[in-house]
Amino acid sequence: MTDTGTPILRMVGITKTFPGVRALDNVTLEVLPQEVHGLVGENGAGKTTLMKILTGVYQADAGHIEFKGRPVQIPNPRAAQLLGIAIIHQELAVLPEMSVAENIFLGREPAGPLGTVRWDELYRQTQALLDRLGIDLPPRTRVGNLTIAQQQMVEIAKALSLEADLLVMDEPTSALTERETEILFRLIETLKAHGVSIIYISHRLEEIFQICDRVTVMRDGQHIDTRPIDQLTPQEVVRLMVGRRIKDIYPPPGKGRGPLKLEVRGLHRPPRLRHVSLKLYSGEILGLAGLVGSGRTDLARAIFGVDPVEAGEIWIDGQLATIRSPDDAMAQGMGLVPEDRKGQGLFLQMTVRQNTVIARLKELSRWGFIDFRRAEAETRRFVEELDIRTPSLEQLVHNLSGGNQQKVVIARWLGRAPSILILDEPTRGIDVGAKAEIHTLMRQLADDGMAILMISSELPEVLGVSDRILVMREGRMVAEFSREEATQDRIMAYATGAAQPAQEELAP
Amino acid sequence: MNRYSLGSILQRFGIAISFVLLCVALSLLSDRFLTLPNIVNVLRQITINGIIAVGMTYVILIAEIDLSVGSVLALTSIVTADMLQKGLPIPLAILIGLALGALLGAVNGVITAKFRVPSFITTLGMLTSARGAALLYTEGRPITGLPDGFRALGRGEVAGIPAPVLIAGVVFVLGWLILKRTQAGEYIYAIGNNPTAARLVGISIDRYRTLVFLVAGLLAALAGMILTARLNSAQPTAGVAFELDAIAAVVLGGTSFSGGVGGLGGTLLGALIIGVLDNGLNLLNISSLYEQLVKGAVIALALLIHRK
Repeated sequence: MTDTGTPILRMVGITKTFPGVRALDNVTLEVLPQEVHGLVGENGAGKTTLMKILTGVYQADAGHIEFKGRPVQIPNPRAAQLLGIAIIHQELAVLPEMSVAENIFLGREPAGPLGTVRWDELYRQTQALLDRLGIDLPPRTRVGNLTIAQQQMVEIAKALSLEADLLVMDEPTSALTERETEILFRLIETLKAHGVSIIYISHRLEEIFQICDRVTVMRDGQHIDTRPIDQLTPQEVVRLMVGRRIKDIYPPPGKGRGPLKLEVRGLHRPPRLRHVSLKLYSGEILGLAGLVGSGRTDLARAIFGVDPVEAGEIWIDGQLATIRSPDDAMAQGMGLVPEDRKGQGLFLQMTVRQNTVIARLKELSRWGFIDFRRAEAETRRFVEELDIRTPSLEQLVHNLSGGNQQKVVIARWLGRAPSILILDEPTRGIDVGAKAEIHTLMRQLADDGMAILMISSELPEVLGVSDRILVMREGRMVAEFSREEATQDRIMAYATGAAQPAQEELAP
Repeated sequence: MNRYSLGSILQRFGIAISFVLLCVALSLLSDRFLTLPNIVNVLRQITINGIIAVGMTYVILIAEIDLSVGSVLALTSIVTADMLQKGLPIPLAILIGLALGALLGAVNGVITAKFRVPSFITTLGMLTSARGAALLYTEGRPITGLPDGFRALGRGEVAGIPAPVLIAGVVFVLGWLILKRTQAGEYIYAIGNNPTAARLVGISIDRYRTLVFLVAGLLAALAGMILTARLNSAQPTAGVAFELDAIAAVVLGGTSFSGGVGGLGGTLLGALIIGVLDNGLNLLNISSLYEQLVKGAVIALALLIHRK
């Protein structure tokens, strides 16, 4: 066994810049032998980038890595594997059509003299490995028939069969039930006993406190602190994660809200939505905070009729509305700016004009024929109003910058003059200038009476733009704050589960 | 981006350049090539493939495929010819044939759109079953001897222009208008570009998918009418592998197999290249043993030029 004083891994002064963004700035991470080391931080804090550098996916611009006391180069994922560094991704990478044994020993199957697989030997070795780890799985089972938790076990067994000494687990429990989580934690203890170190990334603070020995907190691409877990409280971790940041410039609060516009009652679509209710008023910007996967996007999609729900009602202007498709939602005066601009919002190989008017062609056509003069005039109006920078209306939207692309998607809905607009991550990945313009626009629209629901993972944005803030966690609405009450710490505490809602609020 | 770089010119006009080069080469090799009768002959020969290719363009634009057009052509031809022989009025018989084509297309569309079966599989099933139905219907025999009025569809002329060319012209113009000038056309491009986004702007993508397959079936039936009228005979084995020529024309014309990009202008050129190639190989008396090999090589070459 190694001397517990010498770290198995040291990453020192790691810096990584992407075009326009400093993703990591002089970050240090030390992991001790046989330690479960928690890595926490908000979305975009740099955890994933740091792990990608450790596993050879990215190369650092500056800094160096020492593994087991020796300086190492990790030019690609294969090199990381050879050193004994393995990662279990959130999205599992198993081959569902192959057996447990085949998955574990893929490409390294024990071979006979003619290169044929020695199946008995393969199953024997697999069984031995699984026994050693205390994993109860039959080696011959097809992996596609296993639960997510069991598939994860297969991946862990595979990493261990590659003689990994350091295992990175990225949000390993996000798809697991409570019982499966316990089994995973027992496995982690077994791994520790076998001399393996683990970097454990999770948003769930209770897990961090249950399983980790030490914790490193990251924020805005920087290393904030590393401390033994028993010297910390969940509240302190939240405070370290959120920190104090340079105040962004946000538009002043609005004129105040008007009548109730949209009421959602008990929308239910497990596991991502559990009896969710909310009220949205005309003239207000309602911020919806929560971690990725907390059900925010699922809520937006359910309201807009994209995904069917098991139960729940949507009332608009005091009337029960039947919304079974986006078309129905649009007829009710709704618009949705989706979270994934390129994947769900834009028609990249079509022009600015086509993208802008696609949702209102009915209105812009006669006998099915598009009135191109009006379509162009309408597009030009929005290009000017929103200051969309494009050389021409016939430019492919593909060639625009992120901010201008987002403005095109917003313009598409403004053209329909919706009374309810849902914006999912409206400023993700766009530059500061365009961001401020979009915030100002949202405020103007609300002041003109529109009801706006904004989903955002950026707490400063939620705090800066919203009149009222809701927090979701694991498919439930867990907190509501006024603009005045809300702080980053309080929102984060509810989003991570460090603070729990009163019992009656939890009930459906 | 330089709009006038060699690469972008080739990409935009490559297929037109290939076509012109091919015509120049053939006119140098054969003095019969650039004569009016030969040109009319080429146009007449591409009408069948051209009409089918219009439907195929729609299908490929929404990132689907229709392998069944040749079989649909055969079955609708047989049914129409049988109706004619049973003494039904010509317009009614034609209408029944076209309606059957549309119906078979709609079946392809519904199975693909509603039941999420890949169109490759759906239309492969239709290819086999429609062909089987055609063989069963006639017990494998052709139906010959059709009324003169119907045969005019294949052999008639209006102001010196052969009727089939006229019909194909109308199909292309209408097809182009729908694609470039109407809401439906815009939706077809949107669905091909990004079906997820299309759904989120309220487009009923299942309905448009079904409609597109319906149009492909309808046009296959129309092409079948012309072929039957020209040959004065409907054959259950007609149209074998016609889907391949149609797909070749569409792809040569620059329509992307992944959907959303391309159009009928390119398809027209693609159909012309294939037609001129067939014609040239005939004129040059190249043995039919070499014909397919040469044709394949030229198509591959043309594709290479305008992909780069």
